[in-house]
Amino acid sequence: MPNNSTPKILPSEITDEQDYLNRREFLRLAGVATAGALLSTACQADVSNAAATAGKPAGESNFSGGSLGKLQKSPFSTDEKPNSYEDITTYNNFYEFGTGKDDPHRNSKDFVSKPWTVTIAGECDKPGAYDFDDLMKKSTLEERIYRLRCVEAWSMIVPWVGISMATLLKRFEPNSRAKFVKFTTLHDPEQMPTQRRRILDWPYVEGLTIAEAMNPLTIMVVGVYGKVLPNQNGAPLRLMVPWKYGFKSIKSIVHIEFTEKQPLNTWQISAPQEYGFYANVNPDVDHPRWSQARERRIGTGLFGEKIPTLMFNGYGEHIAHLYSGLDLAKHF
Amino acid sequence: MRLLKTLVFVVALLPAAKLVLASFAIAGLSLGANPVEELLHEAGEWGLRFLLITLAVTPLRRLTGMNWLIRFRRMLGLFAYFYLVAHFLIYALLDQRLALGPIIEDIIERPYITLGITALTLLTPLALTSTNAMMRRLGSRWQRLHRLIYPAAILGVWHFWWQVKEDIREPLIYAAILAALLGIRVWHRQKGQNRRVATPVD
Repeated sequence: MPNNSTPKILPSEITDEQDYLNRREFLRLAGVATAGALLSTACQADVSNAAATAGKPAGESNFSGGSLGKLQKSPFSTDEKPNSYEDITTYNNFYEFGTGKDDPHRNSKDFVSKPWTVTIAGECDKPGAYDFDDLMKKSTLEERIYRLRCVEAWSMIVPWVGISMATLLKRFEPNSRAKFVKFTTLHDPEQMPTQRRRILDWPYVEGLTIAEAMNPLTIMVVGVYGKVLPNQNGAPLRLMVPWKYGFKSIKSIVHIEFTEKQPLNTWQISAPQEYGFYANVNPDVDHPRWSQARERRIGTGLFGEKIPTLMFNGYGEHIAHLYSGLDLAKHF
Repeated sequence: MRLLKTLVFVVALLPAAKLVLASFAIAGLSLGANPVEELLHEAGEWGLRFLLITLAVTPLRRLTGMNWLIRFRRMLGLFAYFYLVAHFLIYALLDQRLALGPIIEDIIERPYITLGITALTLLTPLALTSTNAMMRRLGSRWQRLHRLIYPAAILGVWHFWWQVKEDIREPLIYAAILAALLGIRVWHRQKGQNRRVATPVD
């Protein structure tokens, strides 16, 4: 069942509310200066802010496990206790490195994530190849402690380090035809052993609507526990959309494309009756083979009780409006 | 023979011993980040392995002429049942914490769980009638009853197959071994029938 019908997205939704308001503020002040001059000072302010909060640019300490310096806290963080660094880095679904949960951390040790180039394409005014370190130098690193709910009915609390996806994407100046964002993982069978077998349609592809991508909750992750993102967690950069099942949060991204049409994501290609485009966490819509009503929180041991799964993984207040009028049982 | 039996018994218990030690993090062993899932999968896979080993006894005996192998069959079959019951108990007690509603829902609504519980149910009368006294009492019916291991093994491997997400290599290996073990039986039976037809007065 491909989910071809998509909610109508107003061009205004591409810009998030905060920036929208800021722009009005700019315009109000524009009586004394040109908008262009103000924009450039605003950019500089952004850079100095990043330097102040992040201590040093992320790019300079880009090795697995290296410290990312001081991080900005986020009001979006949960106050639940994060899982241990060990749990987060040894229990992973990253099929490129093997289908067992402990395969990624064992098979990704020699993965080369530096230097790293991300190519930007599609409906935007600034396509091209961007060096990861250059992208990071201009970014404010934030700690976001998020719930992570896997489609397999387990969950974790992860202190991610990331940058606002909206801020990142706006740098490439998406145009009004940009309705979706398509992300692609590296395809390198030499380094990613499972890509030599066709268990999935490689390379891994994921997609978001532009409104989902621009939502303040959506981040590009570059670290965990204040350290550079380990290879098994998707180094050097991965998506994190906390209200969706984990498989949406694609890892080791090399390509970002703004598209007019809804991209087909890998798991939907693989099993369209089981995985859709939206993949919003939803306790009321079961996976065809198992219940999604409850989840096992990793780290609760042998005798831990399953906990009820929350609608949109508990992030509804920030994102539920994106799906008003959408039949979530059909658009799973 | 007695010594060998004891040895096989101890070896068959080793996976269980390892899982118990790992459950309590003894001897540096660990069940990893998701211990319930690890226990569940390990017990289930060992159950399937012992089921296949049990099914391998008769073909191996015929092939090699080592008739004494038959003496291990009952014990191996009971070990299969032991690991599969453990698999079920881990599911019911640890995974579902005896939440009857969800367990019943799983059995009815999740086809792979329906298959698994059916396989275990089919094996239960075999475990119960595994004593010498029951064998004597049932006579020729005992053998017919114990052919239930064939559908149980098929359902068990099927249960494993349906449970995995995309990487079916492992269940494929189990299915291939099971197909070979059942295939040998069919072939053996047909050969036996042909011989009987060819030489009616032997």
